[in-house]
Amino acid sequence: MAGKRGNIIVRNHGKIERNVTLMAVLIAITISIGGLVEIVPLFTIKTTIEKVDGVRPYSPLELAGRNIYLREGCYTCHSQMIRPFRDEVLRYGPYSLAAESMFDHPFQWGSKRTGPDLARVGGKYSNAWHVQHMINPQSVEPGSVMPSYRHLMRPLKLKLIQAHLRANQAVGVPYTKAQVAAARGDLRAQADPEGEHDHDGLLKRYPKAVVADFDGNPAVLTEMDAVIAYMQILGRMVDFRKYKTKDLQQ
Amino acid sequence: MSTVAAGSGDAALANADQNAAVGYNEAVVRLFTLAAMFWGIAAFLVGVVIALQLAYPALNLNEWTTFGRLRPLHTSAAVFAFGGNVLIGTSFYVVQRTCRARLFGGHDLALFLFWGYQIFIVLAGTSYLLGGSQSREYAEPEWYIDLWLTFIWVIYLVLYVGTIYRRREPHIYVANWFYLAFILTIAVLHIINNLAVPISWTSGKSYSLFSGVQDALIQWWYGHNAVGFFLTAGFLGIMYYFIPKRAERPIYSYRLSIIHFWALIFLYIWAGPHHLHYTALPDWAQILGMVFSVMLWMPSWGGMINGLMTLSGAWDKLRTDPVLRFLVAAVGFYGMSTFEGPVMSIKQVNALSHYTDWTIGHVHSGALGWVAFVSFGAIYFMVPKLWGRRDLYSNKLVSYHFWIATLGIVLYITAMWISGIMQGLMWRSYDELGFLKYRFVETVEAMHPYYVIRALGGILFLLGALLMVFNIWKTIRSGEPAGEIKQGETTQNDQSASPAPAAG
Repeated sequence: MAGKRGNIIVRNHGKIERNVTLMAVLIAITISIGGLVEIVPLFTIKTTIEKVDGVRPYSPLELAGRNIYLREGCYTCHSQMIRPFRDEVLRYGPYSLAAESMFDHPFQWGSKRTGPDLARVGGKYSNAWHVQHMINPQSVEPGSVMPSYRHLMRPLKLKLIQAHLRANQAVGVPYTKAQVAAARGDLRAQADPEGEHDHDGLLKRYPKAVVADFDGNPAVLTEMDAVIAYMQILGRMVDFRKYKTKDLQQ
Repeated sequence: MSTVAAGSGDAALANADQNAAVGYNEAVVRLFTLAAMFWGIAAFLVGVVIALQLAYPALNLNEWTTFGRLRPLHTSAAVFAFGGNVLIGTSFYVVQRTCRARLFGGHDLALFLFWGYQIFIVLAGTSYLLGGSQSREYAEPEWYIDLWLTFIWVIYLVLYVGTIYRRREPHIYVANWFYLAFILTIAVLHIINNLAVPISWTSGKSYSLFSGVQDALIQWWYGHNAVGFFLTAGFLGIMYYFIPKRAERPIYSYRLSIIHFWALIFLYIWAGPHHLHYTALPDWAQILGMVFSVMLWMPSWGGMINGLMTLSGAWDKLRTDPVLRFLVAAVGFYGMSTFEGPVMSIKQVNALSHYTDWTIGHVHSGALGWVAFVSFGAIYFMVPKLWGRRDLYSNKLVSYHFWIATLGIVLYITAMWISGIMQGLMWRSYDELGFLKYRFVETVEAMHPYYVIRALGGILFLLGALLMVFNIWKTIRSGEPAGEIKQGETTQNDQSASPAPAAG
């Protein structure tokens, strides 16, 4: 059948399908093009990440809380990416910037909202509300389908916190030597406002960090303390009163 | 023309099964087939559990069984455990027959691959339950499991390509092009997306090399092409072998196969950014993702047409052969979800569908309708041949399986269309003063009846699969032997298969 074109495709393709090495090489080239064109410029185009002030590495306690967020698979139900729509800005706050997740290894933008977006949940609820909500979500929000996270009331493991910060340095997060050195103290200090800690140093190293006895039990530093410390910083690092839309163009 | 076409792989298809002297390694294919059924049931069961958890949150019993930990277990079990075992098993079945060559590397290495892959599955699954997840969708296993999978995957590539190297057919049959693209591309995606720095060599925890917006695009470049190459290209390899074999017809168009293949693998790679519409990913990347996703509709339907039209002159077999019905219905679902996908990748549609259950429904019309159905068809086809049985224990049970599973899919995807579109619309509803009309939790409460219906659909799908396991079990244990014919040799079904050259 078919005219000349068909014959040309068929005849020339015969060479490829008689040579598995050639076929593998051609496949490798074919599948590389799209990825290279889309991904490489994200690293080279300077405006990809907006120039805004305030985005900083997570404090040790926030980082520990974020790791619990990852461990529990919170991303399976919660996004952290507010789209520039009227309803989302009304519901959640200013739309999310690329800059706000530039220190997130990995990113947690999510893909499903079985529960609400959490990109700007910081400061919206009290610590006590969060504790109650984590332990028994339906007690504060009867229609919720969220599981109970009462197991977070156990002690937080802290031994490796400096290794966590160093691994972050290795992937490009600008933790300073001083931040690594103070990591253990900072971890304790953030959840123990009444104790003898260097709170001023903590807030200097991590501006806007919420210092509180999050879970109401000052004696033990728990996973709950860490998760809520993370919740309370989400979306609060950038001061949006300082920027107009045109400042945020990518 | 006809000589060219005849030499272009159809001979390989016709000659499959006809060379007993080669002595195919069927033992390892049998193992992969059994493992696929085992993990399939596990995946469907966990799917039913998490579907019920969304309807009845009290079913989140304890730390290890919360939705957040079980959901990756479900997706990994479905994609990598069920799908992966189907793909490796069928690819070995197909590559040996279409190359008329015994599996490269020897039986011990093949066994090592089998058990190595099962170890990967068990490590990944248990790590999620115990809280070891790097929280990258469909790439949840931590760095040490990723390294193990990379090692196993290289062995798979060596065995597969090694078998092609020793082929006795001059042409590499089209199904193998798709399997080869699947194996190569998954290797590239897996390695790049999982680049990470562990906090120490004795800790499972790591931090991904990339962050924020770059990490997002790399993850969805991976995530979408896990769909494109694992769940599409690999399973198209199944379509290109098992449909012509079962229908006893050559592939409809050889030329269309060539276009289908190269266009599909070229275009798929670009589609990832459609998972990131209206996010902080720059617009130019979103537009590229959208345009290529819409273009992807063309090769997808080209492939569907090639699969369906292979039945030209054999449509009547659909009435009498429930196995062929599975294979063909799968291609129908493939056509449906590859039309729905491009529609959802259009930014204005995505604005509504993103973050809702519509996406979940779309995934399942592909996963249940296409991937699982074509897998069931291939398993029903292979098992009598692999265990030397004349036929399946019961074709009637296959038919029941087909209709129960189809009903389950219909319930599932219609429930998710309704709940997804409804929730999307509720989120953007305003009252007369311009305030948001619904609190978030009200939109969650509205989902309840649809979550119940979806779980029901999942239960039906699981029941159908259990029928399959029973049927296969009876076939293996007490099926009538295939007469004089020994295992691995020609069966009657194959002898009658003498495909004519494809219409080019």
